[in-house]
Amino acid sequence: MTTAEQTWTESTTEVAGLGVRSLQGGSGPAAVVLHHSSGNLGWIPFYEELARSFRVTVPDLPGYGQSQRPAWARDARDVAILMDRFLARVAPEGAVLVGLGFGGFIAAELATMHQERLGALALVGAAGLQPEEGELLDQMLIDFPEYMAAGFRDDARYREFFGEEVAKEVRELWDFSREMTARLSWKPYMFNRRLPHLLPEVRTPTLVVAGGADRVVPLACARQYATLLPNSALEIVEGAGHFVDYEEPQALAALIARHAGA
Amino acid sequence: MFIGYFTERPYQDQKSGYFGAAGRDIADLGISNREYDPRLGSDLYNRYLDEKVYAEEMGFDGLMLNEHHSTPFCMGGVVNVEAAILARITKRARIVILGNVLPIWDDPLWLAEELAEIDMISRGRLVTGWVRGTGRESVAHNAQSPFNWDRFQEAHDLVLAAWTRSGPFRWEGEHYNYRYVNPWAKPYQQPHPQIWIPGVMSRNTVKWAAEHRYPYVMLATDLEPTKGSYDYYDEVARESGYEAGTQHRGYLFKVHVDETEELADQAARKYVEGPSNPFLEGNQGIVRPYLQNLPGMTSRTNLLPTVTSFTQARARGRLAEHEQATAEAEGKVEAADQFGTYENQKERMTIITGTPKTVIPKVRHVLEYLRPGSIFFWDGDGAMDHDDAMRSLRLMGEEVIPATREIAKELDLKSPFEVDTMTNDAVAEEAVAAPAG
Repeated sequence: MTTAEQTWTESTTEVAGLGVRSLQGGSGPAAVVLHHSSGNLGWIPFYEELARSFRVTVPDLPGYGQSQRPAWARDARDVAILMDRFLARVAPEGAVLVGLGFGGFIAAELATMHQERLGALALVGAAGLQPEEGELLDQMLIDFPEYMAAGFRDDARYREFFGEEVAKEVRELWDFSREMTARLSWKPYMFNRRLPHLLPEVRTPTLVVAGGADRVVPLACARQYATLLPNSALEIVEGAGHFVDYEEPQALAALIARHAGA
Repeated sequence: MFIGYFTERPYQDQKSGYFGAAGRDIADLGISNREYDPRLGSDLYNRYLDEKVYAEEMGFDGLMLNEHHSTPFCMGGVVNVEAAILARITKRARIVILGNVLPIWDDPLWLAEELAEIDMISRGRLVTGWVRGTGRESVAHNAQSPFNWDRFQEAHDLVLAAWTRSGPFRWEGEHYNYRYVNPWAKPYQQPHPQIWIPGVMSRNTVKWAAEHRYPYVMLATDLEPTKGSYDYYDEVARESGYEAGTQHRGYLFKVHVDETEELADQAARKYVEGPSNPFLEGNQGIVRPYLQNLPGMTSRTNLLPTVTSFTQARARGRLAEHEQATAEAEGKVEAADQFGTYENQKERMTIITGTPKTVIPKVRHVLEYLRPGSIFFWDGDGAMDHDDAMRSLRLMGEEVIPATREIAKELDLKSPFEVDTMTNDAVAEEAVAAPAG
C-alpha cells in the first residue's frame, strides 16, 4: 500500500503517563477495537471493513506493539482501567467497543466498570471466563506459530494468511506480545473468577461472536457470556476459527455494524 | 582447592524404552509420569545417596546437588531433602546445593528455614547456591516467567534478611509480603553459609554474582567461553572495587576415571545416553525452545544478542536465545546433539575420561587454563550404572584427587574456604579445617 492509498492515520495518546499508539480510519460513530494477545498486525482488512461504518480506533494495548509498557500492570483488569481512560480521550461521547480474544477479556472487564461509556459491545472469541467445557489453549505451553495456527479454522488458512515463512517483524511482534501477555495473564490463565459475578450488571447491548471452529477459546465461553450478559445476542460464524477478524473480516464487520445500528 | 563430586541423579529406567540408544525420544516436559515407578525411584535415591557417602570416603571436599522439576534427567526436585539426609549421614564433606531455584518459591521464608536446619544438622557444612531455573522449572511450579529475575533477587534478599536480621520484622516487597518474619531457626555458620552462584550463560547473573562477591560456578561449559565469563566477572569485580581471585571461580566438568582406557570409553559414552540432561550436547533428548525460552525469562531490553552471549550459549551445546526464538518461530524442535558428538566433546575436553594416568594431565590443563579455586567432577550420569560410578569414585580417591591437590598447590588455586571472597583475606586455619561431624 502506498502512502497515497493509505486510509488510516496513526497517533499517540497519553494515558497514566504512558504513550498509547493507535491507528484510526473511517468515519461515523466511534468504534474502538482491542486486539488479540498476539498483538496488532497493523491496519488489517477487518479494520478497513469496519471503517465503512465507523470511525475506527485501534490502540496497541499498553505494553504491546508501540505502546509503552505499564510495568506495574498485573492483570486484564489493570489494562481495562487504562483502556477506559483511553476511551475517555478518544471517544468521550461513547463508543462501540470491539474486543478480540484477549482484547475481549479486557473489553468485558471494562464494561463491568464503566458501561455508561459504551454504546454497544462486541466480544469476539473473548477469553476471560473459565470454560464450563473444554480448556483455553495455553500459548505458554506450545510453540507460538502452532498457537497462531490453532487460531485459524485449519493450518492451510493460517499459511494463507501468514505465508509459508512468517515475516521477521511478525515473529518479533509475537515474541514481545507473548511476554506482555505472560505479565498479565499467568495464573489463572486467560480468565478471571471474579468476572462472571459482575457481568449480569452490564446492560450494554452486547454481541457475542465466536468462530464455529474456534480451537483456542472453547465455544462454551461464548455461551457463558451470552447467558451472563442480560442484553446480549450470540452469533456463531460457521467455518471460522478463533481469529474471526482475520478469517471473515467482511462478515464480522457487517455483524457489528448491524448490532450497533450503524 | 575445593574438590566436589556431582551427578544429576537421572531416573534410569532400563525398561522404559527411552533408555539408551534403543528407545524413544525424550522430549523436555514430554513424558507422562504414569511411567514413574516409585520402587525404582526408591532404589535410585538410595543408590545416589550411597555414592555420595562413598565420595566423601574417597576424599571429596564437597557433595554437590542440583534441582530440576518434572523431568527424568534429574531426580532432585526436592533437593533439600537429599541435602538434609546427607547432613546427617556424612561427617566431613560440605553439602553444596547448586542450586535452589529461587524464583519458583512462592514462600522463600520456608526455604530460609529449611537451609538453616540443614546447616545446623550438618554442623555448618552447607554451601548454598541459587539459580533462576530454566523455563521447565517455571512451568512445573507455575512461576510467572517475566518476573523470574526480579523474584530471584527479591527472594535472595529476603532469605538473607531472614538469616541475618533479628525478627520479627515485616517484609513488604514487590513479589513477597510477610507480616511476621521471625524464623525459629538460624544457620549454624554465621552470619550465614557461603553462597555460590552456578550458571551457564546469563551475563546478568555473572554480573550480579560479581557485584555480590559470590563465587560463580560455570556448569560444564567449554573452556574458552568459561574463561570469557571469568574475565567478565573480573571486569565487574574491578568496577566494584576489588580484584577477583581463584576463590571467586568455580568450574563443573565431566570427568570419568576407569581401570582401563577401554572401560573408561565405554562408561563415558553413557554421559550422553539415557535420560541425562537433554540440554547437554550429544544428548539424545529433544529440546523444546519455546519452553526453554519462556516469555520474559530473558529481559527484552537485552534482546539483541551480543557476540559474547551467543558464544556462551553455544558453549554448552545449547541453542542461543535468539536461535531459540528463531527455531520457535519456525516451529522447529531441535535435538541437542547438533553441536557435538561424544567424540567431539572428548576432543574439546568437555568430557574427560581415561585411566588416572591419562586423566590427570587433562585435569591439569583445565586448572592451568581456567584457574578455578573450586572444581566439581561430574560423573555417574546418563546411562552410567552404580558400578561405573563406584569404579570411578575409587580411582578418583586413590589417584586423581591427591594429584589434583598437588597441582592446585603448585598453581596456587585457593578456594573460598581458604580465601574469604568478601575480603580476599586468608581464612584462619581452624576455620579451614572441616567441621566435626
